[in-house]
Amino acid sequence: MVNFGGVGYIRGFMVDERNHLSDVGISHKVNVIDKGTVDIPMLQILQPDGSVHSDADMPEIDKEAALKIFRTMHYIRVLDERMVGAQRQGRISFYLACSGEEASIIGSAAALSDNDMIMSQYREQGALAYRGYRTEQFMNQMFSNKLDPNKGRQMPIHYGDKALNFMTISSPLGTQIPQAAGYAYGQKMAGNEALTICYFGEGAASEGDFHAGLNMASVLNCPVIFFCRNNGYAISTPANEQFSGDGIASRGLGYGIKTIRVDGNDVLAVYLATQKAREIALKEHCPVLIEAMTYRLAAHSTSDDPTGYRSKEEEQKWRVKDPVQRFENWMKSKDWLDEEQHKQFVEQTRQEVLAAMKKAEQVDICEIDDLINDVYDAPPWHLKEQLSELKKHISLYPEAYPKTSGRIRHD
Amino acid sequence: MTKMNMLQAINNALITAMTEDEKVMVFGEDVGHFGGVFRATSNLQHQFGKGRCFNTPLTEQGIIGFANGLASQGSVPVAEIQFGDYIFPAFDQIVNETAKFRYRSGGQFTCGTLTIRTPYGGGIAGGLYHSQSPEAFFAHIPGMKIVIPRNPYQAKGLLLASIRDDNPVLFMEPKRLYRASVGDVPEEDYELPLGKAEVVKKGEHISLLAWGAQVEVIEKAAEMAENDGISCEIIDLRSILPWDAQTVSESVKKTGRLLINHEAPQTGGFASEISATVQERCFLYLESPITRVCGLDTPYPLAHEKEYMPDHLKTYEAIKRCVNF
Ligand SMILES: Cc1ncc(C[n+]2csc(CCOP(=O)(O)OP(=O)(O)O)c2C)c(N)n1
Ligand SMILES: [Mg+2]
Repeated sequence: MVNFGGVGYIRGFMVDERNHLSDVGISHKVNVIDKGTVDIPMLQILQPDGSVHSDADMPEIDKEAALKIFRTMHYIRVLDERMVGAQRQGRISFYLACSGEEASIIGSAAALSDNDMIMSQYREQGALAYRGYRTEQFMNQMFSNKLDPNKGRQMPIHYGDKALNFMTISSPLGTQIPQAAGYAYGQKMAGNEALTICYFGEGAASEGDFHAGLNMASVLNCPVIFFCRNNGYAISTPANEQFSGDGIASRGLGYGIKTIRVDGNDVLAVYLATQKAREIALKEHCPVLIEAMTYRLAAHSTSDDPTGYRSKEEEQKWRVKDPVQRFENWMKSKDWLDEEQHKQFVEQTRQEVLAAMKKAEQVDICEIDDLINDVYDAPPWHLKEQLSELKKHISLYPEAYPKTSGRIRHD
Repeated sequence: MTKMNMLQAINNALITAMTEDEKVMVFGEDVGHFGGVFRATSNLQHQFGKGRCFNTPLTEQGIIGFANGLASQGSVPVAEIQFGDYIFPAFDQIVNETAKFRYRSGGQFTCGTLTIRTPYGGGIAGGLYHSQSPEAFFAHIPGMKIVIPRNPYQAKGLLLASIRDDNPVLFMEPKRLYRASVGDVPEEDYELPLGKAEVVKKGEHISLLAWGAQVEVIEKAAEMAENDGISCEIIDLRSILPWDAQTVSESVKKTGRLLINHEAPQTGGFASEISATVQERCFLYLESPITRVCGLDTPYPLAHEKEYMPDHLKTYEAIKRCVNF
């Protein structure tokens, strides 16, 4: 980048000049800038009862699109409920529900194009379902069977699907944030009319990777939407022990990133905010940060019991702000909901989930040969050697390794 | 003596240390009010106040950086990293800071009072990121001690010694044993020595060496081997760094054979270091090559976890190969 004052150019894209002394105002008094100096309001279109604020911006949304969002919300409710149950029955080892956050996750996913890359944290099964991930696909991952495209290597809920532009989930928190900046930069350089959305929790936003990622994205003009689900908790840690500033939105300003704060339980607001963010990111080649204010109604995961760290009263306060109910009320006010049909859909989904679960449970895990695949592009000698020793060993004690011993090929 | 599981023993050690020295502070993700995701820090905040036991923001880099500063000031931080798999954002703080504070300042400043506690290891259906055993990464850094207990009694005594030792200590807790391992633990204060291995069982034909949860595994393999008339000496290394080469070498000089078992991948694992040293010290006593039974050189898999693990059967077969060499 050349020049001083005025406008600089990077590979043809206009960027604001960032001379650190330009345009700095001067004061002759000690000015202490305290938090709260900048007030970041939250976009809300639907009131908690589902009625529309009279002066609210409205997204363009037709009945079909609204129904798709609504159904995905219910689909996810059913899936979450059944899979938490399945974990309790010992059928899967782990599950993590997104109850209370359906509007944030599905409303944002609905505002994207299918070409946009989704990099999620782990609570965004709604985005994946909206993209078209099928029940059997969810099940194959959760039962770690050989039909899981990630080959049963990761814990349940760590989905990934190349065809749907959904990056495979990684447990270490925050790592996807700078990656999203890089992916988006690549999309821009390739001239794709697509961006990357990166989901994360307000807890993960404390990781160094968050700060690195936002700064990189801002400086390198990456078309990425950073979508923070501020759901009040990181496992047991409440947001007020996570940060003292004005949420996550205030940080966007610090990094020079356009920022929107939105009511995460208002699906129309999330939808509109994400549409707007997408438009800006693609047109102006820049990141946009969205902070969705919501609440994790669910336990952190099936390994967690929230009664140890929060009250029933607090949960109740948020239960009445249920995003699915709020949307339902709006749908009804539009006369877009056929209740009989909807009941049928929910019942059908239940059956489908149960049936798919039964089926996925029966499918074998990958053959033992897959243990050493994908470590590298091709297994090097030492892995081949280790595999061949392992196979001999399994054949010696077939009953100790029942999931693979019946299918050993010695070659 | 009280029956405790490993978590209770760790909790008890922390209470002992915090009661005795008010400079001891315990912190990490979810360790405060909630008492940690495994409940190792239960009730500490209640008993000692928010100033001495608290939640941190979700940043391992921050936790260890903060702990380094706190230690250098003279306080006694016991920082928790929620899972060993998530210690890597703090790698720079540990490798370049914790371990080098003393050396680079000519001994003026140190993080010697720091203890980092972290659960590690597999066998719990944790897949890639809730199963790893990263001890060897840290064994490559001069300036840190690494300690791993095998049961509740060891956990309390070694943790107290780690907290009071004047060097930074990485205290790795085999999480598969957290609730599974139960034993008698003294209520009173006691320490077990750092840098000292323990011969858990005497034997004649082969020395079996492991640490943490894998000690159980070699014990089980040894039982199988005993039925074949093979007498195994079982050693718990306890400290990965500095490690007790003398105890191990004495054992190998007696038995003439050594098998090392660890969960971490074989290549670059700590067994490699032990093998090199033992063959230098015991070359003429060795009756067979030193044998390693380790995790495979792949990321830690979920569906194939059973196959991946260096279990008692693999160990038993390796014992026979070694003895019949
Ligand atoms: C680097 C790292 N540290 C710790 C963890 C353990 N952990 C998993 S989820 C979680 C809380 C995350 O909270 P948040 O980002 O707010 O997301 P939420 O669960 O609320 O959706 C923690 C601490 C992890 N997975 N990765
Ligand atoms: Mg959260």
